[in-house]
Amino acid sequence: MQKYSVFSLIKNAFKGHKDWEVAWKDPTPKAEYEVIIIGGGGHGLATAYYLAKEHNITNVAIIEKGWIGGGNVGRNTTILRSNYMHDENGMFYEKGMDLWRSMSQDLNFNVMYSPRGIINLAHSDAQMNAYTRRGNSMRLNGIDAVLLGREEVKKLVPMLDFSENVRFPIFGGLMQPSGGTARHDAVAWGYARQADSMGVDIIQHCEVTGFDVANGKIKGIKTSRGNIKAKKIGLCVAGSTSILAEMLNITLPIETHLLQACVSEPIKPILDHVVTFGAGHFYCSQSDKGEMVMGGDLDGYNSYAQRGNLPTLQHVLTEGIAMLPFLSKLKMLRTWGGIMDMSMDGSPIIDKTHIDGLYLNCGWCYGGFKATPVSGWTFAHTIAQDRVHELNAGFSLNRFNTGNLIDEKGLGTKTWIS
Amino acid sequence: MLHIKCPHCGLRSQNEFSYGGDGTVKRPDLNKEVSDKEWDTFVYLRKSPRGKHVELWHHISGCRQWIKVERDTATHEIFKTSKVNEDI
Repeated sequence: MQKYSVFSLIKNAFKGHKDWEVAWKDPTPKAEYEVIIIGGGGHGLATAYYLAKEHNITNVAIIEKGWIGGGNVGRNTTILRSNYMHDENGMFYEKGMDLWRSMSQDLNFNVMYSPRGIINLAHSDAQMNAYTRRGNSMRLNGIDAVLLGREEVKKLVPMLDFSENVRFPIFGGLMQPSGGTARHDAVAWGYARQADSMGVDIIQHCEVTGFDVANGKIKGIKTSRGNIKAKKIGLCVAGSTSILAEMLNITLPIETHLLQACVSEPIKPILDHVVTFGAGHFYCSQSDKGEMVMGGDLDGYNSYAQRGNLPTLQHVLTEGIAMLPFLSKLKMLRTWGGIMDMSMDGSPIIDKTHIDGLYLNCGWCYGGFKATPVSGWTFAHTIAQDRVHELNAGFSLNRFNTGNLIDEKGLGTKTWIS
Repeated sequence: MLHIKCPHCGLRSQNEFSYGGDGTVKRPDLNKEVSDKEWDTFVYLRKSPRGKHVELWHHISGCRQWIKVERDTATHEIFKTSKVNEDI
């Protein structure tokens, strides 16, 4: 594989940029693989990459119905963080933060990792108490957390609405300085390029239409490009997990819901951090192009539509204007939607299944992007070793049966309620 | 914007309603021993189909009645609505 560097850039500039290698090939599916990963999103690509890198399993295919970068990995708001209270979440996502720190070097691809800090705003004394508790839990797990007072928040983000007569005055906030953003397309492309270079077949425009299961063991898949055999198969299709599960006669603790995001026209640098509104569900950061990147609530009813509904967007942006009044002067550049697995406790599932050789990675709710590297890392371990890693042991499928839920937000089973 | 025909009030905009989830889920029968598996199925497991979905909506800013709606989860087309105690 051609290494990307300033020297290769200069060399290719002299040749008119006509000799760059393709980033990944377009292979015809083989008849059999050792491992098939269904879903060529961020998690699937990362899983294939870590299978090759950490476990020396390179006879791997990624089966993608659409194209690389076309699903949720290109539809999120690019936020990285590990500001969780529960140990299972904190330790898992903090391993992810470690992988983010070295990702650009590891993948030889600039993912524009930007640890600019994430600030959750608090709007009451009670919320400050809750943030104190969460911040302390984070610090006990070795995650950086700083409790900010109103004046400290004002210094960092002066354009927030600090007037006295607002419905939700800012009392302070909880900051994770190492949180931030990364360019999501680059993450998908970087993982795809490296996985391909190590021998993984990335098969795009190939839809899975069925499974071949015999005597409780997975044998292969049926696809729009023929049948493919495999010893092990991993599902990595957040948003469409329930559709594939139905083909396997499995019912999951998951509903598919739609989440919207939007960007404004680009403006000069005004917001240095990722900031979230504490009295509703709204978050905002500024991209390197200058656009304000914004998101918030789910549309609130089961949806596979991949496009959103205006009442929700209006609701979310009303919160945005309450938090950052200058947003009302901006024009909207683009809005879009992605569909996601909403699990029944708000936490993901990375586990084996009752079918031998079939592994499940799903239930990412709002938070799949930041988990991309660690989800792939732990899922690759689970597939290669046929047992869960201690980092994903809590994200078991049977926790709903045993009562060991990881209900970070305490929302109960209706995690889609806004 | 969805337009939902409330069986009590007529066609109203989505803003007046609150979503109540899958309308086909049945609570285990009262006054009998309920196994963990039955609770698990009732509380957590959902079919989440792509296509026709029978669901509950609450006309919270209208007549405040719960209703059943049959809707396509991919196109958002609404086929039928009914009172909550009627079969849809």
